[in-house]
Amino acid sequence: MIALTGKNQSYVLVLYGLCFPLIHVAHAQFILKMAAVQGGMGDADIKTDIKTEPSADGFGNNNANDGRVLSASPGSSSSTGSNKQTAAVTPEDQQTLLAVLQFLKKNKLSESVEILRREAGLPENSLDPKANESAGAGSGGAAGIVDLEGGDASSLLSRVTGSSSAGAQAPTKGTFICGGKKDQPDVSVVLSAYSQQGDPTLYKVYYRDLKKFIETVLDCHRAELSQVFYPLFVHMYLELVYNNHESEAKAFFEKFSGDQECYYEEDLRILSGLTKKEHMRGNETLLDFRTSKFVLRISRDSYQLLKRHLQERQNNQIWNIIQEHLYIDIFDGMPRSKSQIDAMSGSLAGEAKREANKTKVYYGLLKEPEIELPLDDEDEEAENEEGKPKKKKPKKDSVGSKSKKQDPNAPSQNRIPLPELKDSDKLDKIMYMKEATKRIRLGPDNLPSVCFYTFLNAYQGLTAVDLTDDSSLIAGGFADSTVRVWSVTPKKLRKVKSAADLNLIDKESDDVLERIMDEKTASESKIMYGHSGPVYGISFSPDRNYLLSSSEDGTVRLWSLLTFTCLVAYKGHNYPVWDTQFSPYGYYFVSGGHDRVARLWATDHYQPLRIFSGHLADITCTRFHPNSNYVATGSSDRTIRLWDVLSGNCVRIFTGHKGPIHSLAFSPNGKFLASGATDGRVLLWDIGHGLMVGELKGHTDTIYSLRFSRDGEILASGSMDNTVRLWDAMKAFDDLETDDFTAATGHIHLQDNSQELLLGTYTTKSTPVIHLHFTRRNLLLAAGAFNP
Amino acid sequence: MAEERRQKHCSVVLPTESMKAMAESVGVGQLQEDSCVALSEEVSYRIKEIAQDALKFMHHGKRRKLTTSDIDNALKLKNVEPLYGFQSQEFIPFRFASGGGRELHFYEEKEADLSDIINTPLPRVPLDVSLKAHWLSIEGMQPAIPENPPPATKEQQKAESTEPLKVVKPGQEEEGTIQGKSQGTTTPDGKGKEKGLIRLKPRSTHELSVEQQLYYKEITEACVGSCEAKRAEALQSIATDPGLYQMLPRFSTFISEGVRVNVVQNNLALLIYLMRMVKALMDNPTLYLEKYLHELIPAVVTCIVSKQLCLRPDVDNHWALRDFAARLMAQSCKTFSTTTNNIQSRITKTFTKSWLDDKTQWTTRYGCIAGLAELGSDVIKTLIIPRLAVEGARIKAVMEGPVVSNIDKIGAEHVQSLLLKHCASVIAKLRPQPDNVDQYRTDYGYLGPMLCSHVMKARTQAALQAQQVNRTTLTITQPRPTLSVSQSGLSGSSGPRTPSIIKVPSSLTLMSPRPGTPSQPSPPATKYIVMATSAGAASTQQVITLSSSQSASPVTSTVPSATSTLQPLVKLESGSGAGLTASRPLQKYIVVSLPSSASSSLETKSSVLPTSISSSSLDGGMKLERSESPGASTQSPH
Repeated sequence: MIALTGKNQSYVLVLYGLCFPLIHVAHAQFILKMAAVQGGMGDADIKTDIKTEPSADGFGNNNANDGRVLSASPGSSSSTGSNKQTAAVTPEDQQTLLAVLQFLKKNKLSESVEILRREAGLPENSLDPKANESAGAGSGGAAGIVDLEGGDASSLLSRVTGSSSAGAQAPTKGTFICGGKKDQPDVSVVLSAYSQQGDPTLYKVYYRDLKKFIETVLDCHRAELSQVFYPLFVHMYLELVYNNHESEAKAFFEKFSGDQECYYEEDLRILSGLTKKEHMRGNETLLDFRTSKFVLRISRDSYQLLKRHLQERQNNQIWNIIQEHLYIDIFDGMPRSKSQIDAMSGSLAGEAKREANKTKVYYGLLKEPEIELPLDDEDEEAENEEGKPKKKKPKKDSVGSKSKKQDPNAPSQNRIPLPELKDSDKLDKIMYMKEATKRIRLGPDNLPSVCFYTFLNAYQGLTAVDLTDDSSLIAGGFADSTVRVWSVTPKKLRKVKSAADLNLIDKESDDVLERIMDEKTASESKIMYGHSGPVYGISFSPDRNYLLSSSEDGTVRLWSLLTFTCLVAYKGHNYPVWDTQFSPYGYYFVSGGHDRVARLWATDHYQPLRIFSGHLADITCTRFHPNSNYVATGSSDRTIRLWDVLSGNCVRIFTGHKGPIHSLAFSPNGKFLASGATDGRVLLWDIGHGLMVGELKGHTDTIYSLRFSRDGEILASGSMDNTVRLWDAMKAFDDLETDDFTAATGHIHLQDNSQELLLGTYTTKSTPVIHLHFTRRNLLLAAGAFNP
Repeated sequence: MAEERRQKHCSVVLPTESMKAMAESVGVGQLQEDSCVALSEEVSYRIKEIAQDALKFMHHGKRRKLTTSDIDNALKLKNVEPLYGFQSQEFIPFRFASGGGRELHFYEEKEADLSDIINTPLPRVPLDVSLKAHWLSIEGMQPAIPENPPPATKEQQKAESTEPLKVVKPGQEEEGTIQGKSQGTTTPDGKGKEKGLIRLKPRSTHELSVEQQLYYKEITEACVGSCEAKRAEALQSIATDPGLYQMLPRFSTFISEGVRVNVVQNNLALLIYLMRMVKALMDNPTLYLEKYLHELIPAVVTCIVSKQLCLRPDVDNHWALRDFAARLMAQSCKTFSTTTNNIQSRITKTFTKSWLDDKTQWTTRYGCIAGLAELGSDVIKTLIIPRLAVEGARIKAVMEGPVVSNIDKIGAEHVQSLLLKHCASVIAKLRPQPDNVDQYRTDYGYLGPMLCSHVMKARTQAALQAQQVNRTTLTITQPRPTLSVSQSGLSGSSGPRTPSIIKVPSSLTLMSPRPGTPSQPSPPATKYIVMATSAGAASTQQVITLSSSQSASPVTSTVPSATSTLQPLVKLESGSGAGLTASRPLQKYIVVSLPSSASSSLETKSSVLPTSISSSSLDGGMKLERSESPGASTQSPH
C-alpha cells in the first residue's frame, strides 16, 4: 500500500512537471523575485524558506491539476502542511524533486530543469548520481505509470498547449472525464483499509463494550475518552458498509447514532444516506474521513487506560481502527473537562494537532510608509502634522508595546513583495489620516451609530455586498449573475471616454483625470454583466479602481471601475467560487470555493501564485490578514486555516465551530481573528498562540458578516436572524489570561460571558444582515436585502 | 428527539411503487421487485446527495428557502444536466389527486385562453433593485422610524398587558436595555443583563425625546386644528407610524381629557376629531391599546350616550358621532374583550340599563341602541328585537301624540330609523320568507309595517348583491397583493430620523388607508380596488369594495360618482386590521369629503345609495363627514 501511495504521489508530481514549464514559466519571475527578497532576510531563515517554497508550490499545483485526486490520494493532503513544518525538506521530498528533474531532463526541458533546480537550491551535480539512484528506486514507479497512462498524459499536454488560457482548467477537466479510470485505484486503495473482515455481528458488541467501559471509567477520564465514540462509530459503520453488511450497518447506525454529539448531526445525516459500497465511491465526505486521520487530543493517563482496556479485551477490531484511522495527540497533564473538549471539537476531522499551530506567525502590522506631506496646501499640512500622532496613538494602544520602529511580531517589510505606492495611493493615505483624526473612540459607553443600506426589490437575489474602504461605493452581487455598483456619495459614477474621444483631450492639462471621464455616462449605479451564475463573493480593490467578483460559474472576474467592463476572468476553480477578497495592499487576491482549495492570485497573472490546499470541504470564506502575509480561510469542514502567503503552508488550524463558517474578520492590530458560522456563534482566536480565546453566543442564525471597528474596540456581527449585534472586543481580549501552561497545551478555559460582552442588538425589519463595514470615522454601515 | 429524527433520516427511501410508475412512464413494462428496491435505494441516495449540495447554494445565496435554482446548481456540480425550464412560481408545484386506488402527483396545467391573456392588462413592471439608507441605530439607540421594527411588537404589548407576571421575553429584555440607555442610566451593569437575579422591570415614566415631544405637539394640534388636510395627514400618521408605542399614554390622556372638556362645552366638532384619533390609534397595527382602555372607553361611551353633544341639538348632526363612536366601541369590544375584563358584557349592561330607564332622553336612547346594535346581530336578536314593540309604542307616543318639543320628535325619528336600519337585516334572516304586514304589526307593534317594508328591501338587496359579486370577483383577482406590498416596502417615507407626518398628497392618503408598512400584511380577506383616480374635475370615480369578512359571500357595493362636479376623496376602509376581523359583520364606511358648498349634491347622492348592510353604515359615515364641515367652520374662530 505504501508503495502505491508513493507512486501516486510521484505520478501527480510528474504531471505537474509537465505543466510546470508551460504554464509556470510566467511565474518563475515572481517566484524568483520572492526568492531574491528572502535573500535580504535573516541568515538562518534563508535556506529553509527557499527550500520550502518550491516544494510547496509543487504540492499546490498538484491540486491545480486535480483537487479530487489530491483529496483521494492518501496521506498527501493532510500531511503536507505538517511535514514541511517539522523538517524543511525531508529526504523523500528531495527525492521526488530529483525524480521530477530527471523526468524533465529526459524530455529535454532543460530550461525548466534549470529553473526548478535553482529554486530548489540543488547543486548542479547533485542531479546525476542521486537521480540515477532515485530513478531506480522511487520514480521507477512513476515512470511506469506515465508509460501506462501515457496517452492520457500526452493528451493533457496537448490540451495545455492548445488552450493556454484555460490552462489549469483543461487538465482538471481531463482528469475528471477519465475520473472513473483514475480515481478508482486511489479509492480502492483507500477503501481497502476497510477490507479486513471481522464478524459483522460483533461490531455492536465491540462498540457496546467500549461504551460500557468508558461509562464506568473515572469521571475525569470519561469526557476525554468519549471523544473516541464518534470517529469509531463512523469508521465501524463504514467498515460494515464497505463489506456489504448492509443490514448490520443499518442496525448499527440506528442503535448508536443517537449517542453522538449533536454537532455531528450534519455528517451523520450524510452517513445515514450511505448504505451501499457503491455509494462510498465518489462521496467526498467519506473520502475525507478515510484520507485524513481523525485527530483526538487525549491525556496520557486516559490513553493508557483505553489502551489497557482494549488489549485486555483482545479487542483488535477497535484497536485497529484507532491505529489506522485515528491520530491520538497525547499530552501530559490533567485530562481536560467536558466543556474544554466541547469548545474545541466539532470539526469534520477532529481537533487540530498541537504542532499544527506551533509555527511562528508574524501577526504584527507592516510599518506604514512615510508619506511626504503635500506641499500645495499649508493648512492641510498642519492638519496632517497633528493628525499623524493622533492616528498613531490608538494603534499603539491596541498593539500593545509597539516600538516606533518595528513590531517584533511583524513580518519584514518586504517578506512578500508588495506593489509600489502610487501617487493616488498616497493621496488616499492622506485622506485616511485626516479622517482618522475625526474618528470616534468607541467603547461600551460610546456605541457606534449604525446606518443600514437596504436593497429593495432584490427579490431574494442579493448574494454578496462590499463597500470600499472610504465608504464611497457599494457593490452588490446578485443571483441573476449581475454585479451592480452604487455610489453612496453625491459623486456619480462615470465611465472613461471612448478611445476616440480620449485622443482629443489635452494630456498635459492638470485636470486630465477629470477630463477623461465622460459626463454623459454619469449615474448613481452601474450594472456589470459577465458572470453566468450567482455572484457569491465581491471585493473592491483598495484603490477603488477594480472590483472582484466570484461566481457559481467557477470564475473570478476583475472589473474596472473606470470603464465598468470586465478585464480578466480568472479561471481555475472550475467549481463555484464562494468568496474572494483583495489584499489590503491591492495586487494580490485570494479566492476559495467548492473545490476545497484557496488560491492566491495576482491581478496581472491569469494563473494562481499559490494554492492552499488542506481543507476537507468547501472553502466558504476567505480573508487577508491586515499585513497581507497571511490568508485565513473558513470552510464547511468547520475549521479555519491560516495560510502563509510566502510559503503556501498552513500555519494555523482552528477548530471549535459546529457548523460551516461563513464569516471571518481580523482585528485591526492583526492579533486576533473572529469567525462566525451557521451555528450562530462567534469565536475569537489568538493568532499568535493559536488558541481560542472567546465565544460570543447570541445570534440564532448564520452569521454572514463580522467586522471590527477601526480601532478594534467593538466587534459587529450581522446575521441571517435580522440583527446586528455589537460586542465589546476590548473586554473579550483583555480578560483572557494566557499563561504558559495554556499556551503550551492549547487547553482553553472559556468563561461564558457573552451576555456581558454584548453591547447592543439592533433588529432590522426582515432584512438579513449580510455585510458590515466601519467607515474611517467608525460609523457602522450595514447592508442587506429587504426580504418581505 | 434528535435521535428519532436521525433514525428517520436513515430509513427514508422512496417507495418502490414510484420506481415502477416511473419505469412505466418511460416504457419499461415489468420491472422486477429486486431491481425496484435497488433502484429506489440508489435514487434516494442520489437525491439526498443533491439536496445536500443544494443546501450549500441556499446558504451562500443567503436565503432560508431552497429554490429550484439551487437544485439546478447542485446538479451542475455533479455534472448532471440541470432541469431546464423548470421554473415554478410556487414552492410546491405539484397537485395531488387520488381515485380508483391510485394516487397521483401532477403539474397543474390549466388551459389558457389566449384572448384572455391578450386582454388582461399588463402586470406591473417589477421595480429595479434600489438602495436605501436609514438609521438602524444612533449612538446605541434604535430610532423609532418606519424602517425599523417597532420597539415593542403588538404581541409583546399584549403579553405585557394581559400577562404581566410572565417571564420577560428576550425581545423585551432588549427593549428594556434600550430604554435604559435612553434614560441615560450609565451604570455599566445596566447593559449587561444580570441573569439569575430577579429582573425588576423599570417602572419609570418614559421620557419622550425632543423629537417625540415635537411630534406629539404637531400631531395633537393637527388633529384638533382647523385644517382638514393636515388632520388627515396626522391621523394617517397615527394609524401607520410604528414608533408611537411610547407616546400612547400621552395620546390616551389627551383624548380622555379632551372628551371630558368638550362634552361639557358641547363642542361637537372636537369630539368628532377626538373619536377619529381613537379610530386611528386602533387602526395602528403596531399598537395594543389594552392598557389604556380605562381612559379610552369612558371617552368613547360618553360620545355615544351623552345627553347633549352639540350646542343646537335640533340642527347639528350629533347622531353621526354617536354612530361612529358606537362602532369604535364595538370594535374595541371585539378586540380587547376577554374573560377577565369582560368589556363587552359590562358595556352591554351599561347600555341596556339606561335604555330601559323610562326617563332616558331620546339622545341617550339613540346612543344606547346604536351601541348595542353595533355589537352584532346576536345582540340585536336577544336585546333589541324583543323590545321593538315597547320602543315602537314610545315612538308612537311622541310622533302621534301632542307636540312636546321639536327635539324629542327629531330624536324619536332617529331612533326609529336606527331601529329599522339595524333590525331589518337581522329580521330578514330570522323570519321565513313571506313578509306579512299584519303579522309584523302584531309582532312588533307600531314599527311593524315599516319594518316589513325594510325587510323586503333588504332581501332584494341581498339577492342583487349576490349577483354582482359573481361578476366582479373575476376582475378583482388580477392584482397581486404580494408584489405591491413588497414594492411599497420600506419606501414609504424618505428616511426621517424621527416620526414625522408622512408627506403624501392627501388624496392619495385617503385612497389607501395604509401604504403598506411591511410588517402589516394586507388583510387576506379583504381586497379592495380603487379604479380610476380623479384627474380633473370631470372624472368618474368608482369604488368597488369586495370583502369577505366572515360569511363566505362577499359584499360588493358600487359607488358611482353621481355628479361629475363631485370630486370626492374616497376613503375606503377595510373593516379592520387583519387581527380585528372577527365575527363582526363587515364594517366599513366611505367618507366622502367635499369641497365646502357641495353638501346638497351629497344629499342626493346618499339617497341614490341603496340601503343595505354596507351602505347603511356608509351613509352614516357620510353624515359624519358632512356634519364635520360645519364643525370645521365653528372651529376656525377658536
